[in-house]
Amino acid sequence: MNLSDLSTPTRDYSYAFLDAFAKRELRRRILKAIAIPGYQVPYASRELPIARGWGTGGLQVSLSLVGPQDTIKVIDQGDDQSVNAANLRRFIARMSGVATTFDTLAATVIQSRHRVPEEILSEGQILVLQVPDPEPLRRATPSMTIAREMHADADYAVMWLNLYEQIVRYGEFTGGASYPVLVHSRYVMSPSPIPRWDNPKLHQAAHLTLLSAGREKRLYAVPPYTDVRPLEFEDVFFKVESQYGRRDRMTGATHKFMDEIAHADGSSTFSLSDTGYQDKLVKRQSGEAVTVGATYYDDHGEFYHAGFLKS
Amino acid sequence: MLAFSSPDAFGQPLDAPRLVMTPPLLSARGLQRRYGAIVALKDVDLDVYPGEVLGIVGESGSGKSTLLRLLNLEEPADGGSYTLAVAEYAGRDLFGLDRFQKRQMRVRHIGIVYQHPHLGLRMGTTSGGNVADRLILAGERSFSRLRGAAREALNASEFPLERIDDLPRQLSGGMQQRVQLAKAIALRPALLLLDEPTSGLDVSVQARVLDTLKRLQRETRVTTVIVSHDLGVIRTLADRVIVMRRGRVVEVGLADQVLDDPQDAYTQQLVHAKL
Repeated sequence: MNLSDLSTPTRDYSYAFLDAFAKRELRRRILKAIAIPGYQVPYASRELPIARGWGTGGLQVSLSLVGPQDTIKVIDQGDDQSVNAANLRRFIARMSGVATTFDTLAATVIQSRHRVPEEILSEGQILVLQVPDPEPLRRATPSMTIAREMHADADYAVMWLNLYEQIVRYGEFTGGASYPVLVHSRYVMSPSPIPRWDNPKLHQAAHLTLLSAGREKRLYAVPPYTDVRPLEFEDVFFKVESQYGRRDRMTGATHKFMDEIAHADGSSTFSLSDTGYQDKLVKRQSGEAVTVGATYYDDHGEFYHAGFLKS
Repeated sequence: MLAFSSPDAFGQPLDAPRLVMTPPLLSARGLQRRYGAIVALKDVDLDVYPGEVLGIVGESGSGKSTLLRLLNLEEPADGGSYTLAVAEYAGRDLFGLDRFQKRQMRVRHIGIVYQHPHLGLRMGTTSGGNVADRLILAGERSFSRLRGAAREALNASEFPLERIDDLPRQLSGGMQQRVQLAKAIALRPALLLLDEPTSGLDVSVQARVLDTLKRLQRETRVTTVIVSHDLGVIRTLADRVIVMRRGRVVEVGLADQVLDDPQDAYTQQLVHAKL
């Protein structure tokens, strides 16, 4: 036996594109992020063959996690087939040889921009969110130094002041995507950029959520079964976007997050934002055998953690 | 020092005045502060008794505002000690607290009104929000209670409540000061610091704000330290006066005594310059 039998042959590309040192660093940062839920861990964001701001944070985390046994799903605004999702999925598959899927239940790693899938993720699945702006205190202070001190002191009064101002001026909470949440009763986190509809899905979830901002060089995590509570007042509650009266144009599904599709005559119809879920519903209706998982919101709009969303 | 225990004409011992019998709320010893070569404060001793209004006068650059910033724990001191007789931190040197404890102290026990409203207020936040900020910092998380407390504090500082949802930059100078005052008193602080609270206002508005301050002080008996270069303001509000010059205290005494019969040469100049 000689050395060449024991070592892998030299190759031009590393497995999963990133070199071993980059992957090791990312994995260590991820472990730290999991150990301190909601805390932003700085990391050295590597150059990738896509531009910063196009999902490099999520891509690096995905690349550092995937192995040959994994199955990856990539979504952009809930859609598996948008250009960005297709590009990232193809890149990850080519660089690591993993299987790809549109099926939420079949995926082990789901990289996402803007959405948490409608079907309930289970233990062992990893959701990787691409984050444009990890700092929930950005609007409160332009200084990252001060923001870090505020995090250290758990000095989050300014977040509630923002909520107060929103109620006074608009009569309701106006935050849309990246509505701030309190993780594990300690760190305020920006779950950006998922809509309010998806915020509750992170609470006491069975899956691991990793959030990574490539341009800002920060990653943070929500470990499985961790409290994630949207900021709200004791007497004015957080609300998800109302999907009331909206019906998917292809399957008739209700009480899921919908995209509005405008028509030339000024009318509009709605379509499920989660296209993987929509595909499965269509297949089921045409008689194919598919497994459609339970969803976070049932057909009557009830959230699966009863009582979590107050009204 | 007067001997208060000496018997009077009827052979009865005199009671010491209330202020002297109670220990001081605020006690500072040997305060030092320098900015490079400039000595802003040198060996300043200060006692303020509960319910008292202490006036600090002096020319520009005499260290008045620096002293107030030190008392508000905004700046570290280069030397000296500072204690405030409030529950959690009684007897502890406040300069030795960490950042978090200082913040707690400032939120819970110290209220301040600055000369410039932009120092004390968030200009892009409504008046009610500015007051509510204080309560949120103290942990209040009920919107209706925040709203109620903001209205109450603004009402106490005689702010027109129909403008509770206006931004400070849409308000007049006098109203901005009233918002600052409401914010300062919202949590009923042990110590109220006023840094030239009426200096930017015209005379009639100044008089009305002073009226409010005086009424509030009378009703709540909040211990107050007021800094002003305007001896009229000091005469209206202060029980006791400290005269500062070049970072030192040159004269201390009851307000009427110091202003009517100044002993120190500099104080005499100051008082007569005003007249």
